[in-house]
Amino acid sequence: MYAVFKRELLSFLSSMVAYITIGIFLLVSGLLLWFFPDTSILDYGYAELDGFFSLVPYLFMFLIPAITMRAFAEERREGTFELLITRPIQIWQIVMAKYLASLVLVLFALIPTIIYYYSISKLGFPEGNIDSGSVIGSYIGLFLLGAAFTSMGIFSSALTKNQIIAFVISAALCAFAFLGFDYSSQIAALQSIENPIHNLGINQHYISISRGVLDTRDLIYFMSFSVLFLLLTNLIIGGKR
Amino acid sequence: MSISVKNLSKHYDKQKAVDAISFEAKPGRILGFLGPNGAGKSTTMRMLTGYLIPTSGEAEIASKSILSDAIEAKKHIGYLPENTPLYADMYVKEFLSFVGQTYQIVNLPARIDEVVKMVGLTPEQHKKIGMLSKGYRQRVGLAQAIIHNPEVLILDEPTAGLDPNQLVDIRQLIKTLGVAKTVVISTHIMQEVEAICDDIIIINRGKIVANDSLEGLKKVYQHQSLEDIFRKLTA
Repeated sequence: MYAVFKRELLSFLSSMVAYITIGIFLLVSGLLLWFFPDTSILDYGYAELDGFFSLVPYLFMFLIPAITMRAFAEERREGTFELLITRPIQIWQIVMAKYLASLVLVLFALIPTIIYYYSISKLGFPEGNIDSGSVIGSYIGLFLLGAAFTSMGIFSSALTKNQIIAFVISAALCAFAFLGFDYSSQIAALQSIENPIHNLGINQHYISISRGVLDTRDLIYFMSFSVLFLLLTNLIIGGKR
Repeated sequence: MSISVKNLSKHYDKQKAVDAISFEAKPGRILGFLGPNGAGKSTTMRMLTGYLIPTSGEAEIASKSILSDAIEAKKHIGYLPENTPLYADMYVKEFLSFVGQTYQIVNLPARIDEVVKMVGLTPEQHKKIGMLSKGYRQRVGLAQAIIHNPEVLILDEPTAGLDPNQLVDIRQLIKTLGVAKTVVISTHIMQEVEAICDDIIIINRGKIVANDSLEGLKKVYQHQSLEDIFRKLTA
């Protein structure tokens, strides 16, 4: 499994995929956080990162599908999938390897943004006046959200040979999982089950973790979310033979 | 027996791509797997290598079931799929090292050098796979199939699209490998069969229509050319 993981990660790093996605992520989040007047911290006047944390999920909705879309789709199109499956490796190990490699890339995209935290804590008055607990919670929340998005991306990539289709499906899945449940819960006909539907959505749990309170329910939610989609991926890959 | 196949079938809805075939292959002999396009050659090979799951039937590679003991069976197989799919963005040695790691080979760098020399990749070993010519890509494909020194080699049209010089080289290589291993190759080229195969299986519409040694087959059909025998059996 480690061999496949290493190959995946190196292929991200040796192609432009990693640099372009991470670069665009940092560029857009940097511009929105520091430069554009509507969202900029400097115009907002409060030294806090809340704006950044509510923005990143929307960027991830596009960036993570871009990272994961090739995972299985490209291998199936090129035929290299046949070489991979005929190695003495279990299918779940291949799925996990691809999932973890993409997740590491998401982590690489998040790490440089810690500098925003540092800058903002310097800008606070008095210096260092920032809610660190909430920031740490938000980073954990972002990582878990990224993990959930990645599992949906890997799943979508297993559905098709076409990378564009994989991208669109996973962006739609991410958007629905993040916002769709919230919106659906407001439908009048569903009023009696508004809360359960609301709780199915990622946003609800992300906000809860972002407050800096690590609730086991949220952790279990995110983990079972990833596990569910990885199991589905495993089923699809195994069933297509 | 290195390969033993019993009533192996693969159905797609109502179409029987492979219909209850049985055969065996022995070490030290090269088995030619012949048949018209769409006869079920690749499907059979894909089932033996674990890429496709058979609808029914059973097969054993080196006495390991491909169904119940798939991972063990796969360790004994070297496989070159049709059209030689490879990761074009990887370097030759990087790719071979990746393949070697999936088999957990000890002393991998030495083994890679050995295999590179064996298949004649030395002059191109520092290039990216995507930059190689068809002939050299084929050699990389063979190198990844033999790197773990498997008992069984399954090669799906290993010489398709090669020029005459490359053809001779690759055939020679397969012949050398066939001395100690069980080799199954599929091909359309009859001269190739006469040049390297010891045993022949002809398959048509998912069924085996001939299974004999090359001499045996020629004796039965009174020394007709292999081409005529093939046409008679599969027309």
